[in-house]
Amino acid sequence: MAFTLNVNGKPQVVEAEEDTPLLYVLRDELGLNGAKYGCGVGQCGACTVLSDGVPLRSCFVPAASLTARKITTLEGLRGADGKLHALQQAFLAEQAGQCGYCIPGMIMAAAALLGVKARPSEAEIRAALDANLCRCGSHNRIVRAIQRAAQEMGT
Amino acid sequence: MSAQLGRRALLQGALVLAFSLGVEEAATQGKGGAKGNKGGKEGEGGKGGKAGGKGGLPGDLARNPQLDAWLRIGADGKVTLQVGKVELGQGALTALGQICADELDVDLARLTIVSGDTRVCPNEGTTTGSQSMSEGGTAVRHAAAEVRALLLSMASAQLKVPAERLTVNDGTVAERGARAGRVGGAGGAGGAGGAGTGAVTYWSLVGGKALNREAQGGVALKAVEARRYIGKAVPRRDLPAKITGEEIFVQDLRPASFVHGRVVRAPSYGATLVEADEAGVARMPGVLKVVRDGDFLGVIAGKEWQAVKAAVALRHSARWRETAALPVDPYAWLVAQPAEEVVIQEVARGGGEAPVRTVEATYRRPYQMHASIGPSCAVAAWDGAALTVHTHSQSVFATAQAIARMLGLAADKVRAVHMNGSGCYGHNGADDAAADAALLARALPGRAVRVQWSREDEHAQEPYGSAMVMKARAGVDANGDVLDWSYDLWSTTHNTRPGGHPGNLLPGRSLAKPFAQPAPRASRPPNFSADRNAIPLYAFPGQKVTTHFVSAMPLRVSAHRSLGAYANVFALESFVDELAHAAKVDPVAFRLRQMRDARATAVIEAAAERFGWGKAREGREAGHGRGIGFARYKNVGSYCAVCLEVVVDPGSLAVKVTRAVVAVEAGEVVNPDGLANQIEGGVIQALSWSLKEAVKHDGARIVSRDWSSYPILTFSEVPPVEVAILDKPGQPFLGAGEAAQGPTAAALANAVFEACGLRARELPLTPARLGALRQEAGPVK
Ligand code: FES
Ligand code: FES
Repeated sequence: MAFTLNVNGKPQVVEAEEDTPLLYVLRDELGLNGAKYGCGVGQCGACTVLSDGVPLRSCFVPAASLTARKITTLEGLRGADGKLHALQQAFLAEQAGQCGYCIPGMIMAAAALLGVKARPSEAEIRAALDANLCRCGSHNRIVRAIQRAAQEMGT
Repeated sequence: MSAQLGRRALLQGALVLAFSLGVEEAATQGKGGAKGNKGGKEGEGGKGGKAGGKGGLPGDLARNPQLDAWLRIGADGKVTLQVGKVELGQGALTALGQICADELDVDLARLTIVSGDTRVCPNEGTTTGSQSMSEGGTAVRHAAAEVRALLLSMASAQLKVPAERLTVNDGTVAERGARAGRVGGAGGAGGAGGAGTGAVTYWSLVGGKALNREAQGGVALKAVEARRYIGKAVPRRDLPAKITGEEIFVQDLRPASFVHGRVVRAPSYGATLVEADEAGVARMPGVLKVVRDGDFLGVIAGKEWQAVKAAVALRHSARWRETAALPVDPYAWLVAQPAEEVVIQEVARGGGEAPVRTVEATYRRPYQMHASIGPSCAVAAWDGAALTVHTHSQSVFATAQAIARMLGLAADKVRAVHMNGSGCYGHNGADDAAADAALLARALPGRAVRVQWSREDEHAQEPYGSAMVMKARAGVDANGDVLDWSYDLWSTTHNTRPGGHPGNLLPGRSLAKPFAQPAPRASRPPNFSADRNAIPLYAFPGQKVTTHFVSAMPLRVSAHRSLGAYANVFALESFVDELAHAAKVDPVAFRLRQMRDARATAVIEAAAERFGWGKAREGREAGHGRGIGFARYKNVGSYCAVCLEVVVDPGSLAVKVTRAVVAVEAGEVVNPDGLANQIEGGVIQALSWSLKEAVKHDGARIVSRDWSSYPILTFSEVPPVEVAILDKPGQPFLGAGEAAQGPTAAALANAVFEACGLRARELPLTPARLGALRQEAGPVK
């Protein structure tokens, strides 16, 4: 079936079976790499995107059910001029990541957190990201990056 | 012609000079911790340890002496470094780039790195064992230095200035002091004319041609003070693409007209496929082909979700004959098995006092998994004559060879190209996924087939780190110091990497004409495998270490970050701690007084000091404990000491690690932030293994099939990790990707003991395990 999604501020007509999870539509139909497949069952957060600013695990929610939502992916965080988002800059500044596979999901979860809380405490950051898994052990750098971004966005 | 001659003569001159410098440097390197340093050389070469000097080219240069294999200098001023080592998220390519830029004397920005493409890159074997720096880095360093020396001699001939008076600035060669150098050469217009005061660029000298020259060995390396990049925290080259969503992971690769494949796996080891509804699934929407070859069952569809649904349907329709009988108690099973016994260390004490006491303890490590966040993936295309596979394999060369043999192709008909994957930490499903993609691609010529494993398959099908049993025994003197040390370990293999054998590929074993898995073999020094770090670094006078190598493998096993070192260091350093407590001596002091390796001592002391070990125990609250663990990885690699502080809840016995302090010495450090990142990650991962992880099965099937049945450490459980690096400029690179694994496990068990008096000798340290110990011990304190 064909339906229209609002992705990164643009309407996108996509053709997919109606039960196709958003993740596959983003990756395969729209060529957006940010959201990653990690588990397909909502356990790891690698596929996290924003739906009306709220974190959404795109791996198991059918895309066709999201036509009324504003979807934001990692790619949508960048400014129109291509400038990196404060979170992306902060992740680079802290060299937060090893393999980097979990990082897009981390950045999106962090973006959602900063959307509701401009200056989260370290404990709040850890709690908000607790269900986003990282196997490389980049956790502390990720927390520092989010703190740095919060600071820069607040000033 | 005369220019040729002149060049050769000059070059020989340069080499003579270089060689003498090389010797001098080798002599410098020999100073300080003679034992340790010699070990370092062995670890580096793994083949006799002759670094430098002709006939014994250093690192991976020995088997790839052609300089063109490593470096290409384009006429357009682009410099390309080609390496067989690959990026696994450990920052290898960043560090290799730093080394190359320094030794070649070019800006880092000028450098492109091509890595892990079997068609163009030097065969550096596998990217494993923390050897990307010791093997790969050493090779790149010497290759780049040789190319620089060659180019300098060419420039010398052209500029008519002796090579010793030339300097290089980002590939532009000019006479020392001649400030115009940069201007003259920047245009790349040759600059060959002039009256000897001009400048010339590498690219104009080479003119886009091949260098056509083999490495000679013994060339001078950049002096420490002249380096721009080595030793600096240069940012990772791969990270920008990863935080913006560019196509950098193999999972992101979408060639034109690609399609999606999925494979349906047997529900238990060795199950044979009785039947599946191939015809029915072939009629599902989007399905292009159902592929069956013996027990190998896969499906290809136009869209990914169609492939996922078709694979689910295929799986539900499949009937399997299952035969697996997995040992319910892997430890009892291990020690009961027929085993190859290898005494890997035997030092007789030769008389002296008899021990006043003998102590003994047995330690256990369960099967544990790599558990990559991104399931394994590969993209393969078959054009009817040759196959190309994009893969995140750690062993592109050997895996390409195994795939070629699986498909009955000549070796040169399979090209593997490395792309980033999710962190693997050893041999996970990467190679199997590459083989899956190859089999499916061959069934659909002309289309690129992308295969990504499901989460469930990644958990259940990957080869695990082997369960192990370690039995330590010590005869001690009146002070509690060790006189006689004996240590036995039981393990299945830690290496079933492809190694060119299709029988080591999961699908290779499932075909109608299956390839048999090669029998595993016990490993050898200096790297060892199950017995990695089984030999103590302490100066115990009498030592006997025996490996009981079990060749059966009821659970699929292979290389898991640090191999046996994790379990052996856990056992060894737990036991040393037990001896210290028995002797009523501070565990740090106890270690130091039996250590004769100065570099080890420095690392232990540095960790203890940074941690604030000396603070009196009385000052700490009840339920708090500190622990230390130390090892020199492989006994020839990096030195690493880990101190942890834990709080053990008196009721639930849940362990919370509140902070970690690590000291590490990895020889000369190429990238301090990269090293710190590896160590931080290693500590956190090892804590996850040691607090939570054990693969579970029901006697037939693996039941650890997702993140809820195999949980790992999460943000709220991760402690702050502080890393102190002891840099040794001028020393060989040691590499440290796996150095923290064992020390962390031991530090944890030791800290838990101090916190609650329970000595956990079996991993992981779950509340249930500690609860059982408390019950055994009766009320404590
Ligand atoms: S892939 Fe969606 S939560 Fe894991
Ligand atoms: S950086 Fe590798 S999984 Fe997080």
